[in-house]
Amino acid sequence: MAFSIYDFSDFAQSVHESLSSSLPPVWTTVIEWTIIGILYILFVALFGLFLVYAERKVCAAIQQRVGPNRVGPYGFIQTIADFIKLLMKEIINPKGVDHVLYNLAPYIVIATVFIIISVFPFAPGLQSFDFDIGIFFVTAVSSVGVIGILLAGWSSNNKYSLIGGIRSGAQIISYELSVGLSLITMVILAGTMQISGIVNAQADGWFLFKGHIPAFIAFVVFIIAGTAETNRGPFDLPEGESELTGGFHTEYSGIKFAFFFLAEYMNLFIVAAMVTVVFLGGWQPLHFGTGNGFNAAMDLLPPLVWFFLKVCTIILLIMWFKWTFPRLRVDQILTLEWKYLLPINLFNIILMTVIVLLGWHW
Amino acid sequence: MKAFFNYIKEIFAGFYTLLQGLGITGKYLFTPWNYVTQNYPENREKLKMFERFRGEVIMPHNENNEHKCTGCGLCELACPNGSIEIISKSILTDDGKKKRIIDKHIYHLGMCTLCNLCVRACPSDAIIMGQKFEHAVYDRSHLTKVLNKPGSKIMEGIKE
Repeated sequence: MAFSIYDFSDFAQSVHESLSSSLPPVWTTVIEWTIIGILYILFVALFGLFLVYAERKVCAAIQQRVGPNRVGPYGFIQTIADFIKLLMKEIINPKGVDHVLYNLAPYIVIATVFIIISVFPFAPGLQSFDFDIGIFFVTAVSSVGVIGILLAGWSSNNKYSLIGGIRSGAQIISYELSVGLSLITMVILAGTMQISGIVNAQADGWFLFKGHIPAFIAFVVFIIAGTAETNRGPFDLPEGESELTGGFHTEYSGIKFAFFFLAEYMNLFIVAAMVTVVFLGGWQPLHFGTGNGFNAAMDLLPPLVWFFLKVCTIILLIMWFKWTFPRLRVDQILTLEWKYLLPINLFNIILMTVIVLLGWHW
Repeated sequence: MKAFFNYIKEIFAGFYTLLQGLGITGKYLFTPWNYVTQNYPENREKLKMFERFRGEVIMPHNENNEHKCTGCGLCELACPNGSIEIISKSILTDDGKKKRIIDKHIYHLGMCTLCNLCVRACPSDAIIMGQKFEHAVYDRSHLTKVLNKPGSKIMEGIKE
């Protein structure tokens, strides 16, 4: 089998060929699906746990604490221990909950995460879905997650959960607009909504540099709106501990709570991966122009490493401002969206269109 | 037009203040080795707690298994929440006098607020504050302790 750390498409092709040479097509498909599914489940579990650990360490560093340091070297296994604890906890069904919706809600949230993650190209050849409408698909599916949150808040038979769920709904529905518009800005520059096409178009420079001013505005707007969409601080109203105890997941325990928790952190990954794909060139190394020595030096690092380097940088940035800024009020959140981000975004789209039409980008 | 310029100005002013905040936290974030909290003391053998540390109430015994407690019960009276129970008994001394001695000095660590009042009330300095800081046990009953060791006597020369 041809295996290269720089390009996985040959490897995937050879796996497919060796499977289909010995098995009927139906079984080949089933086995391939199973392998991919297991890989994604492993990725979500491990990367989600890593993100929880990273968040605790970043938070500790910002607050001049040490953070988890007892379980394993530098506390690295702490979150795995926490996860095992959560798995073994009793699943409590509170009195008066709507059982069907209550049990369905965490699965909707986590399933949404899996569907979105399947779109991202981790490296050349490491992408399970490549739609013509990749960007549109991501924005469409990511708004399904809010249904899970609303259901969780509604079915819990708890006023705090309900308020948390409603707040989350209001917030996600408004910020979806900004996320969509800032992505459209970049789609105008890229000329395609296909994710592999967008990544390939950035081979001679990332869109953040190619699109200069409007791309940078879209970048900032997307990070703000994306953070708001994942219900993270400073926009963490839906679960504001001081007023709503835990928000929509107050009544959940055990593995179902773990699902919400993992989904929250994987949403963080999704936002960071989206920023990476659209603005920072996905798995593309840092390139300026074509065929110079600098590009060749940057090519030495495998694309997989580049992808996760960028994702982790964006995640660090988002965590950094989560632990810096105070939480906004509901009216402030809506003011920020409707009076600031949306007009800026609309203006930005026009600016980007003009720049693309005049060819003022690299 | 003025309103429009104010709008633009507001955005930039907002970003400026946000970046100031990020600068302050960023200074802490990228120097994680400068923390103000303390690590858990792992060096239990070498660890020297500071003098006034109040870990628990203990009754020191000397090498002949003798303590200084006369069983007067002042610590029990001084204790604000009843963490100390004194059970005394009376014995006949050699010269035929009745004397009260301590039978059991029961100390409930689980209730103790470590306020130091019993130590200050003790006329013969029989009880002091110990230096132990790890008190976690698997059962609440382990927190009830008898401070005088079995078979211990009062030291010579300690008066009522």
